[in-house]
Amino acid sequence: MSSIISLSGIHKYYGDYHALRGIDLEIKQGEFFSLLGPSGCGKTTLLRVIAGFEDVSEGVLLLDGANMARVPANKRPTNMVFQSYAIFPHLTVGQNVAFGLRKKGLSKADMAAAADEALTMVGLAGYGSRAAHALSGGQRQRVALARALVLKPKVLLLDEPLSALDKKMREQMQSELRRLQRQVGITFILVTHDQEEALIMSDRIAVMFEGEIAQMASPQELYRRPATRRVGEFIGVMNFLEAKQTGTTEKAVSFDVEGLGNAEISVDQLPEGARATADVVGLRPEALSILFEGQNPTGRVADATVQDLAYYGDMTYYEVTLEGSSTPVTISMKNLISRPVLERGTKTRVQWDERSLVIFAA
Amino acid sequence: MNWLRLYAIVYLVFLYLPVLLLPVFSFNDATVIAFPLNGFTTKWFVELAGIDALHGALKNSLFIGLSSATLSTLLGICAARASTRYRFPFKAPIMGTIMLPLVLPEIIVAVSLLVVLMQLGFSLTSWTVIMGHTLICTPFAIAILSSSFQGLDQSLEEAAVDLGETRWGAFSKIILPLVTPGIVASFLIAFTISMDEFIIAFFLTGADPTLPVYIWSQLRFPKRLPSVMALGTLLILASLVLLSIAEYFRRRGIRRTGAKDSGGFL
Ligand SMILES: Nc1ncnc2c1ncn2[C@@H]1O[C@H](COP(=O)(O)OP(=O)(O)OP(=O)(O)O)[C@@H](O)[C@H]1O
Ligand SMILES: [Mg+2]
Repeated sequence: MSSIISLSGIHKYYGDYHALRGIDLEIKQGEFFSLLGPSGCGKTTLLRVIAGFEDVSEGVLLLDGANMARVPANKRPTNMVFQSYAIFPHLTVGQNVAFGLRKKGLSKADMAAAADEALTMVGLAGYGSRAAHALSGGQRQRVALARALVLKPKVLLLDEPLSALDKKMREQMQSELRRLQRQVGITFILVTHDQEEALIMSDRIAVMFEGEIAQMASPQELYRRPATRRVGEFIGVMNFLEAKQTGTTEKAVSFDVEGLGNAEISVDQLPEGARATADVVGLRPEALSILFEGQNPTGRVADATVQDLAYYGDMTYYEVTLEGSSTPVTISMKNLISRPVLERGTKTRVQWDERSLVIFAA
Repeated sequence: MNWLRLYAIVYLVFLYLPVLLLPVFSFNDATVIAFPLNGFTTKWFVELAGIDALHGALKNSLFIGLSSATLSTLLGICAARASTRYRFPFKAPIMGTIMLPLVLPEIIVAVSLLVVLMQLGFSLTSWTVIMGHTLICTPFAIAILSSSFQGLDQSLEEAAVDLGETRWGAFSKIILPLVTPGIVASFLIAFTISMDEFIIAFFLTGADPTLPVYIWSQLRFPKRLPSVMALGTLLILASLVLLSIAEYFRRRGIRRTGAKDSGGFL
């Protein structure tokens, strides 16, 4: 598959401030791509560069193979859903959706038909003649989507489109956006600072920190193999244990891990450059499990003490310390009818697997 | 507890009684402005129709009012947009300087304008009055328009560009309609200010006086007083109509954009 968007060496300065520091990015046709990162890392800036609202200081941007350097925003095959939705308040819903169509030389009837179709697609059939300012937040969001999608852009840019909605509405829109994207087959680029949202919705995610892409991968890859400690921390919950490298063979590297003891990590589990420098390993909460009474271990075992717990109904999150270590470690356990919820101070055993240890690049 | 109410009533009487007396005396059948009233007549209004100098002054005032309202509203649009949308060096001092005529004593403005215009060798015409009125109306226009522009979501314009409009198209199709109520209000207020402005007009007017200058000149003739009253009555009526129109536009604008009504300028 070909790249619909290709960025290479993109730099952006605001005066002295270096907002984008060399972004390289290839996004495939039809992908649902997310830009994920903390506030101020440059996500919006990158999106606005693609849309043409910001000039780049350096670097090349290709959209469907065409260089966008001299193409103004209104001539680019991209459309944007703004964070504030930017619905034109003095127009009707139908006029809002048809706004971009007026330049396409369609007949009045074709325009109305296209607008109706787009409104139906986002679940607002029959809303065409409503005043746009009288809509709820979720409805505005849908109008903004319809207004952009009706132009059949090559790329749809969404800047935190769900952040203004309440939790329930947000979850509903997440699955709806996903469905819509599959249906129309348009490449979506979503900006979000919500890692869960990015994981749920995306085919691929770029994690950004301070104007740079720290890692670009599928949700699974990102969660299971975060490239740096910071990415691991940013996405989900991750435990970090000190580790010392004790030996290397052709196939594996051995580490002495705080509280867990010796661990042999196969080389294909290592990121490049991790060999010499790893002094910490990561473990997801579900990569450890508590051995309840009468359970037989199927992996490596370590002794631990329950320090604290948080009961979530379906899950319990235990905070334990491993024997010989004082680092708190979070373990998530599914609550089953056959399982007790352990109390604070209980001595127990935990089970773990070498394959789920994460070694970070330097 | 009723002191406040009493105060309010006295205040309103003081404010509006003279204005209410105007129409009363304009229909009174006597040349002296005094009670008791003498009987109903419309002859003062009829007399107005026969004074050619008055018609000239009215036309002149209308021309000056429309011109300075147009100019100051146009300048106001530019300044209000610049100050709400862009960041530029020395913004605060620049805006301050533009707003200054709002608080400068008018007589100072008038005298200095007169001196400068004389030095530059301009002759005094309606255009010199228009210049002066534009100068004092522009701050009002900016004040009204800034609040219209400020209330706009910045991304509206970008959204229009994103949907294929040029920058000018986005401005004219999205921003202008949304600030139209502000523009109408600014125009009407500037027009009203210019229509009844006296000092600058008095200093800068050439051979053709404006309406206030003409009225002032007529006050020397006691015989003319009742017709001046009639004229005043008509002017009050006209102002009421203008303000109602302005208010109508303001409300319509608010309804169209779905914003909350926060009182408004009028
Ligand atoms: N027009 C501008 N002028 C100067 N600095 C800017 C401008 N726009 C953005 N910045 C700066 O660039 C950095 C990146 O901004 P950007 O809006 O891209 O962040 P973001 O990742 O979208 O953050 P958020 O999640 O808060 O929206 C910020 O530090 C911001 O202050
Ligand atoms: Mg942002």
